[in-house]
Amino acid sequence: MGETKLMKGNEALAEAAIRAGMQGYFGYPITPQSEVIEYLALEEPKHNYVLLQAESEVAAINMVYGAAAAGSRVMTTTSSPGFSLMQEGLSYIACAELPCVTVNVCRGGPGLGTIQPSQGDYFQAVRGGGHGDYQLIVLAPNSVQEMVDHTVLGFELADKYRTPAMLLSDGAIGQMMEKVDLPDPIPYKPDKPWATTGKTPDRERNIITSLYIKSEVMEKVNDRLQAKYQKITDNEVRFEEYHLDDAEVVVMAYGLSSRICKKVVDLARESGIKMGLLRPITLWPFPEKKVAELASLDRVKFFFSVEMSVGQMVQDIRLAAEGKKPIYFYGRKGGIVPTPDEVLEFARKKIEEN
Amino acid sequence: MKEGYEVIYKRPAALTGKRMHYCPGCFHSTIHKMLMEVVQEMDVQDKTIGICPVGCSVFAYDYLDVDMQQAAHGRAAAVATAVKRMLPDRFVFSYQGDGDLAAIGTAETIHACNRGENFTFIFINNGIYGMTGGQMAPTTLDGQKTTTSPYGRDTSKVGMPLKMCEIVSQFEKVAYVERITCNTPANSRKAKRALKKAFEYQQQGLGTTFIEVASNCPSGWKCTPEESLDWLKDKVFPYYPLGVFKEPGKPAK
Repeated sequence: MGETKLMKGNEALAEAAIRAGMQGYFGYPITPQSEVIEYLALEEPKHNYVLLQAESEVAAINMVYGAAAAGSRVMTTTSSPGFSLMQEGLSYIACAELPCVTVNVCRGGPGLGTIQPSQGDYFQAVRGGGHGDYQLIVLAPNSVQEMVDHTVLGFELADKYRTPAMLLSDGAIGQMMEKVDLPDPIPYKPDKPWATTGKTPDRERNIITSLYIKSEVMEKVNDRLQAKYQKITDNEVRFEEYHLDDAEVVVMAYGLSSRICKKVVDLARESGIKMGLLRPITLWPFPEKKVAELASLDRVKFFFSVEMSVGQMVQDIRLAAEGKKPIYFYGRKGGIVPTPDEVLEFARKKIEEN
Repeated sequence: MKEGYEVIYKRPAALTGKRMHYCPGCFHSTIHKMLMEVVQEMDVQDKTIGICPVGCSVFAYDYLDVDMQQAAHGRAAAVATAVKRMLPDRFVFSYQGDGDLAAIGTAETIHACNRGENFTFIFINNGIYGMTGGQMAPTTLDGQKTTTSPYGRDTSKVGMPLKMCEIVSQFEKVAYVERITCNTPANSRKAKRALKKAFEYQQQGLGTTFIEVASNCPSGWKCTPEESLDWLKDKVFPYYPLGVFKEPGKPAK
């Protein structure tokens, strides 16, 4: 039954991909996630996946396109500037409905920014990121264990819905070492009759495209995509609740920030503040129903969002809460991780104001 | 078939039969046909995967009765790289224009060639951006007028037209490089032979095969199809000479 190891987040992710039956990996080194390709390069002789260091992130994501279209279980990983370069390719992948897993081990930006952890790419992740109307399934691991679990889940969801999935992690989760339970290798049998593997006489040719030059057809393609996204929204929302049962103050955070906020909730409760944490595990689809439900409760006084950014997820909370409760924001920028004390101090001030 | 008649010329079965959208006189249709003849003659229709990125031939999948992928502008070489690596026993070709292969996709082209990716580039070089309406290409000739070089290409500003066969034949892992054309029946026959050789070398796993078609664009060049053939002969071939640049077992040119 599996295996327990002490592993770095990035390496655990790579090992999970191998165990999930990944057949192809295409990537370009960038700090703080280069351990993924380094690990896969070391392990390559023991397995039969295809591994290629591409000439750029632009090439890497298009290699993912080609390999996914050829029916393979395929992945790429990168960090913020590299993920920006992949946006055009992801738009094509989403429209051509190709399953794949992409990972953004986020660092501070904008620009070349810093190699320290950040959550500044939330909008890019949950709003599609590239051109056109599309979504990625976005998973937000908050531990090395979840780097493993979400990688496996990402492949499953991508195949289930024929759509790109992504992990929005950060430099801290990628670099930290924790105990991790690795699953046994998962037998993966691709069932992709739509893939371009060569037109055998028993079928029509398969075409993978994102080009529909007639507006009426393009509109129908969009309808199909939106119907799929609705299905994902209906079925795949995941979140964690921590002391929400009697909470009067709801803090929301994902990824690394959610670990800090768990501590904040503990500290708050020690001093008699009824605080609870709602942690989105899927950033898209966002747990908007849960937010709306909490916002409708009389006992809930306000929400606040804690992010390592200038406040991005906070907008989704506001949309979901529909003005029923005040929504505040506390964040640090530039790769700085907030401390539990400063978050608690912020919460105390807001309690006084309310 | 009427009695006493004999079929000496027909559409290869590997073409879908859909009426092509290409302009009168354009070489795309000729190359499509020859490519599918080769696929049929080698009996590899069930193993062939084509990649057509942005350009006039982005709709090639309407005509070529093989599995096809449409790729982002310039990225066909990266896409083809992955397809061939995931499915090494298949025949993979990219079908790219000059803007695609030699401008926006130069990095992907160069690196796929340098790695010796075992697929076939079919590079349609007509010296102009046909689909977008006749703008300057990286292969537009010195002094040639286009909508973005209305006074003629000024090489002092934008550099010289890129010679891709000459560039890619420098790479060790590139196996076969030839520049072909279809301006006469004799040249068309040579062109088909080149396409077939490229597929055969791919079959043998010898490395990258790269076929450049010195092509035309009567609409973009704003001339008749016949005049476009004169332009090829008078202007294009002197700068872009036809022939083999590199071939397995033969000394490099």
